[in-house]
Amino acid sequence: MNQPANQPASAYFLEERHDPNETHTLSVLVQNEPGVLARVIGLFSGRGYNIDSLTVSETENQKHLSRITIVTTGTPMVIEQIKHQLDRMIPVYRVVDMTITGRSIERELAMVKVSGRGDSRVEALRLADAFRARVIDATTESFVFEITGNSSKISQFIDLMRPLGLVEVSRTGVAAIGRGPEGM
Amino acid sequence: MTDQSNDPNQMTGAAMIVRALIDHGVQHIFGYPGGAVLPIYDEIFQQSEVEHILVRHEQGAGHAAEGYARSTGKPGVVLVTSGPGATNMVTPLTDALMDSIPLVCITGQVPTHLIGNDAFQECDTVGITRPCTKHNWLVRDVNDLAKVLHEAFYVASSGRPGPVVVDVPKDVQFAVGTYHPPRKDDVHVSYTPRVKGDATQIRKAVALLASAKRPVIYSGGGVINSGPEASKLLRELVEVTGFPITSTLMGLGAYPASGKNWLGMLGMHGTYEANMTMHGCDVMLCVGARFDDRITGRTDAFSPGSKKIHIDIDPSSINKNIRVDVPIIGDVGNVLGDLLQVFKAEAKKPDIKTWWQEIATWRARNSLAYKKSNDVILPQYAIQKLFEATRGHDTYITTEVGQHQMWAAQFFGFEEPHRWMTSGGLGTMGYGLPAALGVQVAHPDSLVIDIAGDASVQMTMQEMSTAVQFELPIKIFILNNQYMGMVRQWQQLLHGNRLSHSYSEALPDFVKLADAFGCVGIQAIKPSDLDGALKEMIKVKRPVLFDCRVAALENCFPMIPSGKAHNEMLLPVEATDEATAAAFAGGKALV
Repeated sequence: MNQPANQPASAYFLEERHDPNETHTLSVLVQNEPGVLARVIGLFSGRGYNIDSLTVSETENQKHLSRITIVTTGTPMVIEQIKHQLDRMIPVYRVVDMTITGRSIERELAMVKVSGRGDSRVEALRLADAFRARVIDATTESFVFEITGNSSKISQFIDLMRPLGLVEVSRTGVAAIGRGPEGM
Repeated sequence: MTDQSNDPNQMTGAAMIVRALIDHGVQHIFGYPGGAVLPIYDEIFQQSEVEHILVRHEQGAGHAAEGYARSTGKPGVVLVTSGPGATNMVTPLTDALMDSIPLVCITGQVPTHLIGNDAFQECDTVGITRPCTKHNWLVRDVNDLAKVLHEAFYVASSGRPGPVVVDVPKDVQFAVGTYHPPRKDDVHVSYTPRVKGDATQIRKAVALLASAKRPVIYSGGGVINSGPEASKLLRELVEVTGFPITSTLMGLGAYPASGKNWLGMLGMHGTYEANMTMHGCDVMLCVGARFDDRITGRTDAFSPGSKKIHIDIDPSSINKNIRVDVPIIGDVGNVLGDLLQVFKAEAKKPDIKTWWQEIATWRARNSLAYKKSNDVILPQYAIQKLFEATRGHDTYITTEVGQHQMWAAQFFGFEEPHRWMTSGGLGTMGYGLPAALGVQVAHPDSLVIDIAGDASVQMTMQEMSTAVQFELPIKIFILNNQYMGMVRQWQQLLHGNRLSHSYSEALPDFVKLADAFGCVGIQAIKPSDLDGALKEMIKVKRPVLFDCRVAALENCFPMIPSGKAHNEMLLPVEATDEATAAAFAGGKALV
C-alpha cells in the first residue's frame, strides 16, 4: 500500500495496527426514506470500512422499514466501530451482528449463465442437479441456472461452471435471518 | 406573517420557518440572502422577534453560530441560500460535527421541479452535507416542513450535539400548508440517545476509583456540552476524591484553572505534569473526551498501566482509539451525578499522597517556562498580560488555529465553562473572528476577545465589516509573527528547516485595515507597550484589531515529538537545536 520510502516526518501517527481481520454479517433495520442507503454506504466509504456484500429491500411496507444486510471485514475494533457508527444514525432502528449471535442463516441467490454444446453441456446440467440449481432459461447452446445457498456454495458452483462455458453471473448478495422464534 | 386563511396554522413554508424559529426560542440567526431564500428573508423583514445578523461570507455565519452555540449552550441557527451559500457552509458544518456543536442550518434550494437539472445555483446540498452533519433533510412537501424543523432542533441539541441541515426548495417556501408547534412525534422513533448510565457499570467505576493509588481525571468537551450542572458535578467529584484533573483543549473551563488539583491541558502541547500523570496513572477516568490522536500520542504506548473508565454519550466513541475497561454510555452530567452518589455512599477518599508528591516533581519542571525579553514581546507573555488585563471582566475567548491557539490554551486561565471557543477537531483557521461575533451577539455586554494569528485571521477578516455594522465590540488580538507559526514549527522540526510557503511576505497593515473597516486599530511592538495598549483595547467599546508584534521565531513547547509517548515530552528548556533534532530524527510521526 502506501509504504513511504524511508521513515517520514509526518503530521500523523503512521503505524497501522495489524490485528487479524474478521468477516461479520450485520442486519440493519432502517426507516425507508430517501437517502438512507446513501447514508449507510457513505459511512462505509467515508470511514474506510469494507463492504463485501450488501443487500437491501423494504421488508415492512406499512411501517416503511427496510432491512439491510451487510457483510463486512475488519479488525474486531473496526467491526465494533461499524456497528456503533451505524447505530447512531438517525433513521437506524437496530443493528444486529448475525455472526456474533451465531444463530443465523445466510442465503444468497445467483443466476449463472453457461454456454456450450456436447459433453460440457451435459456435465453442466449434471452438476447443476447435484447443487440443486434450477434451469430457468435454456437455448440449444446455453442455460441459465438459478442457485440458492450460502455464499461459499454459490462460489463453488460458479468455479465448477468456469471450464464448462461460464458466461456471466448475477448474485444478490447475502440475506440473513436469525434462527428460532424471535425477531431481530 | 402572512395569514392565508382563517386557520392561523395555515401559512407559507417561508412563514413556517420563521414561526418554528420563534417556537424554539431563537432570538438570533446568522445568514446571507440569495435567490433561493428570498421568501424566507421576506418573512424575516416583516417581524421583529428574530434578529438576523448579516455576515459577509456564509462561512462566517457558520462559525458565528458555532460561537453563539458554544457560549450559550443553545443551538446556533444559520440561514443561507442554495449552491454556493450551501457549499460555503461545509467548513463550519464539519467543524461543528467534529466539536459536537449544535447548529441548525437552513439552506434554500432550487424549486423541486428543477432539482437534478443543473439549475442556477443548484447543488446537491443534502448529498454534500451528508457526511458533515449529524442528520439532514430535503423537504419536498410543505406539510412536512414543520415536523422536519422541529426534529432538526431536537436532533441538533440532544444526545451528542451536532450540526443539521434542512434544505428547503423555493417552491416549498412559497407553498401554503399546515404548521404545528413542536410535539413529541416529530422525531424519528429510531433516534433515542441514551442519557442515563448503566448502574452496574457505575458501581464498577466507583470500585476502581476507590481502589486507585495513582488516579487521574481526564475531562473533555462533553462536560461543557452537558451543561453547567455537569461542570459543577465534575468539580464536586474532584473535591470528593481529591484526584488530579487534566482536560482536553475542548474541555477547558469545566474545572477552574486556579483549582488546586488542576494539572493544565494534556496532549501534544499539554503540560509535562498532565502528560506524565496520564502516562503513569493506574486508574483513568475519562469524562466526555474521545482519546483523540492529539491527546494520546502513540496509542500503543498510551497510559500503559492503567484501568480506564470512559463516560461518553456516543457509543461510537468507546473503544475507537483506545480500549477501555469500564465504558459508561450516557450524558456526562447524569452519569457524574449517579457516580458521585454511589461514591459518597460506598467509598472513601483514597490516600494518594505519594502520587501527589510524584506529580509535584513533574510540576517543578515548569514545562511552560519561556525566556523573557525586554526588547521583543514573547507571545506567551502577551497572553499572560492579556489574561491579567481581563481579570475581573466578564470575558469570553475565541481563537483561530495554530501556535497562538496552543499558547492561549496554555497561558489563559479559564475558570468557567462556555468561556472558551476554539476549533479543536477540524482545526479551522479563520474560526475565531466570526465565532467572536456570535459570542458577542449572545453576550452584548461582555468582553469578547479573539486570540488570533496573523495568518488565520486573514481567512475570515471580512467579518470585521459585520462587527462594525452590528456594533459588536469584538477584540481581535493578533499575535503577529508574520509566519504561519505552527506550519513553520513543523517545517523546522521535521522538514529540515525548509520554510516552504509559511512566511507571509506581504501582510496588511492591521492598524490601517482597522481604519478602513471603520473600527479601532491598536499596535504594540515593545513589551512596555502592552499594558497601556491592552487597557485601551478593553476600554474602547468598538471592534478592535490589535496588532501585537511578537517574537517571530518563537515555537510552541512543551510538545510530544513525532510518534512518541506521553513520557517522552520535549520541554522548552531542553529544546535546543540539537535536542530537538535528536528527538525528531527519523520520527514516525504525530503533529
